[in-house]
Amino acid sequence: MADIIYFDNSATTKVYPEVMNEMNRIYSSVFGNPSSLHRLGNEAEKILTESREIIAETLRVSPNEIFFTSGGTESNNWAIKGIARANKKRGKHIITSAAEHPSVLECFNYLISEGFSAEISGTDQSGLLDIESFIEKINDDTVLASFILVNNETGAIQKAEELIAAIRAKNKKTAIHIDAVQAYGKIPLNLKKLDADIVSISAHKIHGPKGCGALYIKENTRIIPILHGGGQENKYRSGTENVPAIWGFATAAKIIHENIEINRNKVKRLKSIVISELDKYFGSGGYFVNSPEDSYEGILNISFPNVKAQVLMQHLEAESIIVSTGSACSSRKNVQSHVLTAMNLPRERTEGAIRISFSGMNTEDEALRFTEALKSIVPKIRYR
Amino acid sequence: MDRKLIYVDHAATTYIKPEVLEAMKPYLTELYGNPSSIYYLGRESKKAIDEARSQIARCLGAQPQEIYFTGSGTEADNWAIKGAAYANRKKGRHIITSAIEHHAVLEPVEFLRREGFEVTYLPVDQNGFVNPADLEKAIRPDTILVSIMYANNEIGTIQPIKELAGIAKNKGVIFHTDAVQAMGNIRVNVMDLGVDLLSMSAHKFYGPKGVGCLYVRKGVQLEGFMHGGAQERKKRAGTENVSGIVGMAAALKLAYENIDRYNEHLRKLSSRLIDKVFERIPHVRLNGDRHKRLPGNVNFSFEFIEGESLLLMLDMKGVQASSGSACTSGSLDPSHVLLAIGLPHEIAHGSLRITFGEKNTEEDVDYIVDCLEEIVAKLRQMSPLYEDFVKRNKG
Repeated sequence: MADIIYFDNSATTKVYPEVMNEMNRIYSSVFGNPSSLHRLGNEAEKILTESREIIAETLRVSPNEIFFTSGGTESNNWAIKGIARANKKRGKHIITSAAEHPSVLECFNYLISEGFSAEISGTDQSGLLDIESFIEKINDDTVLASFILVNNETGAIQKAEELIAAIRAKNKKTAIHIDAVQAYGKIPLNLKKLDADIVSISAHKIHGPKGCGALYIKENTRIIPILHGGGQENKYRSGTENVPAIWGFATAAKIIHENIEINRNKVKRLKSIVISELDKYFGSGGYFVNSPEDSYEGILNISFPNVKAQVLMQHLEAESIIVSTGSACSSRKNVQSHVLTAMNLPRERTEGAIRISFSGMNTEDEALRFTEALKSIVPKIRYR
Repeated sequence: MDRKLIYVDHAATTYIKPEVLEAMKPYLTELYGNPSSIYYLGRESKKAIDEARSQIARCLGAQPQEIYFTGSGTEADNWAIKGAAYANRKKGRHIITSAIEHHAVLEPVEFLRREGFEVTYLPVDQNGFVNPADLEKAIRPDTILVSIMYANNEIGTIQPIKELAGIAKNKGVIFHTDAVQAMGNIRVNVMDLGVDLLSMSAHKFYGPKGVGCLYVRKGVQLEGFMHGGAQERKKRAGTENVSGIVGMAAALKLAYENIDRYNEHLRKLSSRLIDKVFERIPHVRLNGDRHKRLPGNVNFSFEFIEGESLLLMLDMKGVQASSGSACTSGSLDPSHVLLAIGLPHEIAHGSLRITFGEKNTEEDVDYIVDCLEEIVAKLRQMSPLYEDFVKRNKG
């Protein structure tokens, strides 16, 4: 267990030790309900306020635009259903890409049953939205456009500024949602510059706890609340706040943003080690890189000809190396990745695709041990 | 200044028990896998969730596949109500609830009313009880959902849930109960109760915040609440809060094991408080039934007094209590629960909720009574209403 090499940081991450210490402190000493008027309630409320300020600062927005949720999926559900339903009198057309996370695609599917017309726009070979055809589909009735900023399977970084400007030019009333669950804390995200209306983020992808996320909602955005009740989160998301986890989230956000450049250089280096080792051993044609050029370097999607991803994964696991075959949310399904399929990759590449996702906590030695393992495993498990 | 600190607001939230936190820690440190991942770390997380689900099911007398984890009690209530209403809207659009529900039930119901559903609010008597005959009469052919809370968060009234659920069942209507306050105080068994949906929240029984659960009887039509990955049998997507779920199961297990002793402890404290307050402070009423109430709940109205001032002065003496529901404590409106049991506005304003917990002692009770006697006398001295009252009674 101690020697485990964890290269599945896009599925979830290990909590930073500092985060654990901080959560432990809150669990043990600050247990009040932030809504209570007494001293213990006030203490909890202070923690909540400070957390909100920290998260707001990482995104360069105002604290009253940050709403805490139970995770990235809730943030995406709230963003999409909340915007669509709040604006349904203006129009019922919503649009997204084919390379989204299931928590976006399934919301679109659900909204079809409520009478919305949901459009799924294609991607190019690199997994990025085809901006021209995306914009073409936007019309006067389009109330929501949603896209993923860093793709969870390939690391492709959407050209967000260009895309947003084009959407605004076509229909300035269309609300723009960004699923930034994989981007947050990995690449700089300045929402003062990036003109999105609503952005989803999650704690457990940045070495924070599971069960906590947030939604940025730009002031004056029309959206309906997701949870009705006691009126927490400015009446938009009722329920007693998960104070220890929120503080853990803020602590993780602070650490990861202080190290954003160091981490980026680190994962860049790890990626280049893996690629140069594989180039040396397998040569071009001996393996494929499915992640596009200029993608986020922390996510590297590759496949080996005539190798089944599941089999490769199991062999790696036997050597305590953990990678995945794509999104954790669909890894029990054993189906072809919809993201790679949307990129039009041939079957031999999609069936063999593994996703390696690094974090700043990984080391060069781990990258080398990983490539050594691949060199010995891959030739053994080729089915042809 | 090292003041006394007495926490008597356990209905708002509880601290987390050390053994519960210990059970959670491995899943916040070494066992961090995503339960949907198929390798060892993922399987360990999945196993922990499965065990927690079975544990909670055993406590409730349910099947593990009838337990769905949520992000809070509020989410469980929202899901139960909106999910049942949307899934059954073709059958009808009428919903029945009571006038004294928690806002996590009242607000989703109001939301549905604005969306075109019809709502009947059942009245309650002076102690907060729903009359089963009223429910019987209110059910119509197009009624699709009844939601009545198990135990009230402000006045502790315990409803005759078994009887109410039986009435709904006879008419083929889905019955939901918000058991957020009951859980940990009452040994809840869903088979015995005959409810279809039941909500709970871990942080009310010494478990962590940010995790709750909805019991969904097999066969009940309920729409999914979060769409995305296939978690919670496709009804509630999102990476599971593994440590929170483990903590909730550990807390519930402890609660069930100790429930009789815990109840006895709470009842002793509540009785002592009620007796002493009645003995030493005039013009006070106990809200809710003296006996059929949550064992740790005491709710008083002190005449001629502003509840807010009372709370503030208690806080200065280190007593952490509440005027009603924590969720609405920022609001100046009198409690909808106290108004529903027939209290006039000015008396509803002077109310105080004390909810005891595990660590409270008889000395705490005596200290609270001393404080109350002193503060109430002081506030009444400053009250023109009280002055008028005294003059009238002299004349």
